[in-house]
Amino acid sequence: MTDLTALTLAEARDRLRARDISAPELTEAYLAAIEGADALGAFVHKTPDLARRQAEAAQKRLDAGMSPDLCGIPLGIKDLFCTEGVPSQAASRILEGFRPPYESTVTAQLRKAGAVMLGKLNMDEFAMGSSNETSCYGPAVNPWRRRDDPAPLTPGGSSGGSAAAVAAGLCAAATGTDTGGSIRQPAAFTGIVGLKPTYGRVSRWGIVAFASSLDQAGPMTRDVRDAAILLRAMAGPDPRDSTCADRPVPDYEAGLSGDIRGKVIGVPREYRMEGMPPEIEALWAEGRRMLEDRGAVMRDISLPHTRYALPAYYVIAPAEASSNLARYDGVRFGRRAALSPGDGIVEMYEKTRAEGFGAEVQRRVMIGTYVLSAGFYDAYYNRARKVRTLIRRDFETVFAEGVDAILTPATPSAAFPLGAAEAADPVKMYLNDVFTVTVNLAGLPGISVPVGLDRDGLPLGLQLIGRPWEEGDLLNLAYALEDAAGFLARPTRWW
Amino acid sequence: MSIDTDTARRIARLARIRVEEERLPALAREFDAILRFIEQLREVDVEGVEPMTSVTPMRLRLRPDEVTDGDRQAEVLLNAPDAREGFFAVPKVVE
Repeated sequence: MTDLTALTLAEARDRLRARDISAPELTEAYLAAIEGADALGAFVHKTPDLARRQAEAAQKRLDAGMSPDLCGIPLGIKDLFCTEGVPSQAASRILEGFRPPYESTVTAQLRKAGAVMLGKLNMDEFAMGSSNETSCYGPAVNPWRRRDDPAPLTPGGSSGGSAAAVAAGLCAAATGTDTGGSIRQPAAFTGIVGLKPTYGRVSRWGIVAFASSLDQAGPMTRDVRDAAILLRAMAGPDPRDSTCADRPVPDYEAGLSGDIRGKVIGVPREYRMEGMPPEIEALWAEGRRMLEDRGAVMRDISLPHTRYALPAYYVIAPAEASSNLARYDGVRFGRRAALSPGDGIVEMYEKTRAEGFGAEVQRRVMIGTYVLSAGFYDAYYNRARKVRTLIRRDFETVFAEGVDAILTPATPSAAFPLGAAEAADPVKMYLNDVFTVTVNLAGLPGISVPVGLDRDGLPLGLQLIGRPWEEGDLLNLAYALEDAAGFLARPTRWW
Repeated sequence: MSIDTDTARRIARLARIRVEEERLPALAREFDAILRFIEQLREVDVEGVEPMTSVTPMRLRLRPDEVTDGDRQAEVLLNAPDAREGFFAVPKVVE
């Protein structure tokens, strides 16, 4: 018998529908894989009983011959999504013990479609980080290692647990969220596909908020077809999120023809960063050649405000975070610090937040507080929002000139060792998002596709950036790139 | 500009995060490094540019002003660290 956990989401769906395999059997295979993979630190709250019940229910629907794509498909859910009765703590001590009495819109849609939830996945605390090391659970570990080197590597972040779980075959696919690159960077580090949709394509209701104008949930999958299937199930209008667009969701999978002839692909000169590793440069050139071979037209373009994206992001995201995270006050949910006699309400807030938030979250909340404080609001926050307008305008200009999508590297390097982030200063760590953060600031869809291996045998990805709302077109380009790259490498099991 | 210990203390206070006195100088240096990075934004000519309010040009939808939910006291208090007699309990606020 083939290993059921080796099937893609699409293959599993087809075999479930053909009664070739059963939903409980598929779920058991994943539960067993998860049990043997604690060394990866990917699953932080396992829900085997729920998974088994959902698999039984899914099988009934399959037997009745009425099954949506995800019926019986075992998924992992990032800890940022609120899931009814199941711990949802955004990898933060401050949400210890929190069990939401409600379900996020995205996970509710997945449940309704018959998906099976295997558990909650590790991440950086409140999605603030690029290495999964700010998590209160400890880091997730990349299933990939350098050739002949057992040093543990980061799976990236913030959706590091999602990336590690998908790459190691612990779930058929996973949900992630992306505020500055948190789906695409971990996807690139683990050799999987990660898609950040257009801002407003997927409801944010019930997802713990980091920076509300940038946050967007999306699929993390083994291939582009699976991303197309999962995105369709996650997306759609939601009356409970006023920023979620009232637009129909197309059948993305049906649009995967691989025909990209005549598509104009922009190659932004500002993404050729100083000090960029030659391997990344070579991969990018390879990607251009692959798309060209398939009939796309390459065009050099300019996105002149690119270098200001990270500084603007590190004003806007902390500003929004400081406001969103004001709700963690030890009153209504989560953790409250032990108080000394005579402590008043201010001491309760201050002690609770000091022991509940980790160092990076504290740093960003305080930076956000500073840039929003009287006297600095205009100089920092308003200026950053103006720069953001210019960054979006850069993209609008090239799209208006006929560019269909933009090709860039996904990350400035392959996965780095765990512990390296701690040694680096915070600003250096922020540079991880240099190729991805512009996409969040401009609200565009972006997808990371695994394209090759570096000299140490680690996966590298390229990013395609699409026009707003045109995830279908973007997925088809990614499908062609994936096909041309023929990336089939898998991590060798050591865990 | 550079961030001194007093400023760091004030920011921590505004953010309602307790920071021990001996940690303030290091915190001030971290803020300083991050703010220096952010200062690059001063190079950009933003004359006449509107600050972005919504990344996707859309009109916010208004829902009908009707009560559609409520009567969930038990659920609302379910996760409270301290709930008594149907209320959230906190240390004494008014003497």
